Amino acid sequence: MDTRELICIGCPMGCRMTVNMDKGQVHSVSGNTCKRGDAYARKEVTNPTRIVTSTVRVEGGVLPVVSVKTREDIPKGKIFACMEALAKVTVQAPVAIGDVVLPDAAGTGVDVVATKNVVEA
Amino acid sequence: MKRYDIVIIGGGPAGLAAALAAREQGIHEVLILERDRELGGILNQCIHNGFGLHTFQEELTGPEYAARFIQRVKDARIEYQLSTMVLNISPEKIVTAMNREEGLFEIEAGAVVLAMGCRERSRGALNIPGYRPAGIFSAGTAQRLVNMEGCLPGREVVILGSGDIGLIMARRMTLEGAKVKVVAELMPYSGGLKRNIVQCLDDYGIPLKLSHTVVDIQGRERVEGVTIAQVGADRRPIPGTEEHYTCDTLLLSCGLIPENELSRELGVMISPVTAGPVVNESLETSIPGVFACGNVLHVHDLVDFVSQEAASAGAAAAEYVKQRPGEDAEVTLPVKGKGGVRYTVPSMIRPGRMQEEQVIRFRVGDVYRNQYISLYVGDERLIHRKRPVMAPGEMEELKVTREQLSGCPEGTELLVVIEDK
Ligand SMILES: Cc1cc2nc3c(=O)[nH]c(=O)nc-3n(C[C@H](O)[C@H](O)[C@H](O)COP(=O)(O)OP(=O)(O)OC[C@H]3O[C@@H](n4cnc5c(N)ncnc54)[C@H](O)[C@@H]3O)c2cc1C
Ligand code: SF4
Repeated sequence: MDTRELICIGCPMGCRMTVNMDKGQVHSVSGNTCKRGDAYARKEVTNPTRIVTSTVRVEGGVLPVVSVKTREDIPKGKIFACMEALAKVTVQAPVAIGDVVLPDAAGTGVDVVATKNVVEA
Repeated sequence: MKRYDIVIIGGGPAGLAAALAAREQGIHEVLILERDRELGGILNQCIHNGFGLHTFQEELTGPEYAARFIQRVKDARIEYQLSTMVLNISPEKIVTAMNREEGLFEIEAGAVVLAMGCRERSRGALNIPGYRPAGIFSAGTAQRLVNMEGCLPGREVVILGSGDIGLIMARRMTLEGAKVKVVAELMPYSGGLKRNIVQCLDDYGIPLKLSHTVVDIQGRERVEGVTIAQVGADRRPIPGTEEHYTCDTLLLSCGLIPENELSRELGVMISPVTAGPVVNESLETSIPGVFACGNVLHVHDLVDFVSQEAASAGAAAAEYVKQRPGEDAEVTLPVKGKGGVRYTVPSMIRPGRMQEEQVIRFRVGDVYRNQYISLYVGDERLIHRKRPVMAPGEMEELKVTREQLSGCPEGTELLVVIEDK
C-alpha cells in the first residue's frame, strides 16, 4: 500500500491528511477535520482541480475592474488557458455578483462569474 | 451634537458583524463610520477564495463574503457613513470625524467599538542600507493595484516575507503573467497559512527559501535586481551564501500590525505582544464602554473568527449600553500564556460577566508537533488537548465554561501552556 501526505486546501485550516492508496485506488483518508477534506484528498490524487480567481475590465463602472471566479473548480492544467481567455474579456457596468462574464471558460464547461457588485459611474 | 448608543469605528468585517450583533440585542442607534468609499474593509481587495467556510459552509471570495454582511447591515437599516475618517475618540466617548459634506464633526457615543483593522509593517522592516529605487511595494499595496486598479506593478518579482498577502500575491502576479522568482523568509518557518503555501507557491513551482533575507537591492531609479542570503540562528546573513536575482519589483510581506493610533491617543492600554488593546472577557478595553474586535485587537488569519469575535464585542457593547454596569469590585481572573504561548485574548475574565462559554484565542511562538495545549486554573489542569501541529501563522483557541470558572477566588490565574505530555 502507498501513502501520500497532503495538506487540505478546502479551507484555511489546512489539515494535514494521509491518503492510503492501494493499486492506484484510494483506500482511506485520515487527518481531515470535515468531509470536504476527504473529498479533496480523493480528487487531488486522481484529478487535481482549483478555483481560479481574477479580475476583468469594466467599462462605465465606479471601478476599473471587477473581481471574478470560476463558479466551480477547473482542472489545474487549464488555469493558464482560463486566464488567457479572461484577459480578452471586458464587461459593461452595472455588474452584479453571480453575473456570467465568461461562459464555458477554456472549454472546461465551467462559467466565470462576477464576485463583486460594480454600479455605473 | 448627534448622539448614538453605539458608534463603530471601521466598516470591515469586524465592524459589520459588531453592528449586526448590537442591533440583534435591541440597540437601535448604531452608527458605522468608514473612511473608505465602500464597506467591507480589506476583503474588497482579497479577491481570492477561501473565506467563510465556517460561517456559510461555502467557500467565498473576499468581496462575496463582505457583500453578505453588507446586505444584512442594509436590511437591518443600520446607519453608516462612508468616506468618513475618525480622527479622535475622547475618554468621554466623543468621536471626532471628518468628511467632505460635513467637514469636522463630533458624535457622542454611549459605547464605542474599535474595528479599524490592521496595516502592513512598514518598509523599515527592510533593514538594508542604500537606495530605495522605484519598484519596492508592500504586498498589500500591490494587491490593491492589481485587484482594484487593474494594473500590474512589475514583471519579474522577488518577494521578501512569506506572510499570507505575499503568498497570495505570488500566485496572483504569476497568473497575470509576471515571473515570481523566489519568496525569501527570514524565519525558519512561514508566517502564512499552510494552505496558501500549497496553493500559491507549490502549485506554480515558486521556491520558498526559509531562513533567507534580502541583503542588497540593485538599481537607482528602478529595482534591477536583489541579492538574498541565508541567515544563521542569530538571523544575520551568512557570508558566502549570497544569490543574485534580476527583477524589477520587490514585494515586502513582513506581517501586519493592528492599527491603534486612535486607541493609543484615547489612552487604551495596549499589549506589547499583539500591539492591540488589552481586553477582558467582554472584549472591553481598559476604558469602560470601549470595545475592540477583529484585526485591531489582534491579527487574524480567518475572517470567520473575526466575524465571531466582533459579534461578541457588539453584543457586549449592547449589554453595556443597556445596563451601564458600575465598576463594582468583581472577581477578576487574569489569563496568561506561558511556555510558547505568546499571548491570549482576553487577558482577564470576570466569571460574573462571561457568557455560558468563553473562547480564549492565542498564538504560539514556534512550530510545535504532537504537543498538548493545556489550561490551568490555579493548580488544576482543566483542559489538556493533543495538537498534532501548532504554528505561529495559525491562531489557536480554547473554550471554558462559566460553570468551570464559577467559585474561583479573586486573582486565580488562568494559564495557557504548551506541554509535551
Ligand atoms: C491579504 C489577506 C488575505 C487574507 N486571506 C484570508 C482568507 O483566505 N480567508 C480568510 O478567512 N481570511 C483571510 N484574511 C483575513 C481577513 O480578511 C481579515 O482578518 C479581516 O478582513 C479583518 O477584518 P477587520 O474588520 O478587523 O479589518 P479590515 O477589513 O481591515 O477593516 C477595517 C476597516 O476600518 C477602516 N478604518 C480604519 N481606520 C479608520 C478610521 N480612523 N476611521 C474610519 N474608518 C477606519 C478601514 O478603512 C477598514 O475598512 C486575509 C487578510 C488579508 C490582509
Ligand atoms: S479537512 Fe475540512 S477543516 Fe480541514 S482544511 Fe479541509 S476543508 Fe478545512
